[in-house]
Amino acid sequence: MNSEDISNSALILSMIYAAFRLSTPLIFAGLGGFLSERSGLVQIGLEGFMLIGAFAGACIGYQFSSPWLGWFFAFACGVFFAAIYATFVIRLKTNQIITGTAFNLLVAGVIPFLSKILYNSTGATPTIDLAFRFQYEPLVMAILLIFILQFWFQKTNSGLWVKMAGENPKALESSGHSPNTIRWVCTLLCGGLAALGGASLSLYLSSSYSPMMTSGRGFMALAALIFGRWRPWSMALAALLFGLADVLQVQLQGHPVMGIEIPVQLIQILPAVITILALSGLVGRSQAPAALGNTEK
Amino acid sequence: MIRSLLLFITILLFNSFSIANLKVGLVLDKGGKDDKSFNSAAYEGAQKAAKDLKIELKYVEATDINALENLHRQFAQKKYDLVIGIGFAQTEAIKKVSKQFPQTHFALVDGELLAPNVRCLLFEEHQGSFLVGAIAALKSKSNKIGFIGGMDIPLIRRFSMGYVAGVKHVNPKAQIVENYIGVTGEAWTNPAKAKELALSQIASGVEVIFVAAGASGSGVFDAVEEKKKLAIGVDSNQNWMRPGFILTSMLKRVDLAVYKVIEDSLNNKFTSGVVRYGLNDKGVDYALDQHNDKILTADIRSKVDDIKKKIIDGKIQVPDYYKTSKK
Repeated sequence: MNSEDISNSALILSMIYAAFRLSTPLIFAGLGGFLSERSGLVQIGLEGFMLIGAFAGACIGYQFSSPWLGWFFAFACGVFFAAIYATFVIRLKTNQIITGTAFNLLVAGVIPFLSKILYNSTGATPTIDLAFRFQYEPLVMAILLIFILQFWFQKTNSGLWVKMAGENPKALESSGHSPNTIRWVCTLLCGGLAALGGASLSLYLSSSYSPMMTSGRGFMALAALIFGRWRPWSMALAALLFGLADVLQVQLQGHPVMGIEIPVQLIQILPAVITILALSGLVGRSQAPAALGNTEK
Repeated sequence: MIRSLLLFITILLFNSFSIANLKVGLVLDKGGKDDKSFNSAAYEGAQKAAKDLKIELKYVEATDINALENLHRQFAQKKYDLVIGIGFAQTEAIKKVSKQFPQTHFALVDGELLAPNVRCLLFEEHQGSFLVGAIAALKSKSNKIGFIGGMDIPLIRRFSMGYVAGVKHVNPKAQIVENYIGVTGEAWTNPAKAKELALSQIASGVEVIFVAAGASGSGVFDAVEEKKKLAIGVDSNQNWMRPGFILTSMLKRVDLAVYKVIEDSLNNKFTSGVVRYGLNDKGVDYALDQHNDKILTADIRSKVDDIKKKIIDGKIQVPDYYKTSKK
């Protein structure tokens, strides 16, 4: 192996690692969306939960110089906001898509309001020192979480209840379990997990919260979930693919491949194209949970 | 009852408005007043004017491009004397609203449009970028120099073109690695992506990176801090954000321009048309303070000041993307 081979394989390794890094927030948010959607609730609000997590994590992480405190606080905040969401959607039976959209708007307004009080700034939090940021931990947790959720969903009774709440809530009810209770639990967990996705952005991939820093990752996670056919494992692979597309785009910028320069725009639309293809059944069949969105029944 | 209460509040508000002698509305771009860069500079200038000149200042942040027109119209309707829009994205909004409110004065930063009541504040970014390009080439030991832009728009291309020319002026053999964060407005608010771009540049041997990407820039600063390399900030003086890792900042004195237009309005000297700020009036410059005077050595400084003088005297022609692209 000559030195060029070594530097090439090192480059590929670093690209793969970068893809894993960039997909960490997507995996967390996607797993959250997985829980919510499999239990029958459409989850448009992932972006909002992520923003909450990113902000809460950065605030507490900075205040106490501890990423772990920020991490857990982000989870708690996500759960708290998910409770608000669940109250509307489950208790008051509001339309899930409208509520989710409104929820994203609410979060976009609440955060500047809070940061104005806390830091007299309408968005950014102070920078967290290098020593108090995560180095790799969120990535490890994300991968562990995939296995845990996959196992829980496939091998346990309670996992089956979640599946039934989304596929056939009446059957679940007749077996003596309330679909709504399961949906409550799933939504709360969803909020927490998506918030962790946001916190991994502010505590791991950068060093502070800055306004709207999720930049559409909540919707990307939703796309990964759909492309991954509502299964944790394949959702994570889809998220990784999106991460890889992001990294490829970084690498391909200004570097012609075989004499042709690939426009970055083309690579940036890749996740969207894949998702549409997946939904239209061209890349494998993507079937939503049967009772998704119908909580009244 | 409620209606009369509302009326009362409105009257109260209007009364409080009419006390100040000049009312200035500031419409900030998506990055917000705390992007520590472009918008921060504008906000500081306006804030300084509010303090020194005793004008009444109100600022809003546009979270959404579609909201811009409304924000401008609201200021105009509330009889603000001067409304300042920050960022090229506001051009269309000001174009429309300035027609509807010919009595109101408008100022637009980074955008160009001709109207009898609009002053456009433009900066010769390519000149400043040329300077920091020269600094980057003088400081870097490797022949690879990095540039990271936010959204891929002509304005940022103008930065990069001047920067590349500056690098080449000092080191003709240097290779420039150029990346853009995205093609939508989200490119200004994506530090995680900016950091990945910087890491990949550093992995390919880049030692100094100039970043012109608004609030995303902090991601590049994170990367150079981790990898012990150097970054160059933009618009505001960003040297303080990571002392020791920020070589200098390309200053774009939006604060000066904003202050000046407020002052002119106050003294009834408001003129419409285009006002350009360049190296000769210190509208663009490189930043030197206690945070970077150790890494930006006296040797580099004297060479750069020499280049600066040559540009002002017209001995060095800095390529301008706006002019080359229109040909």
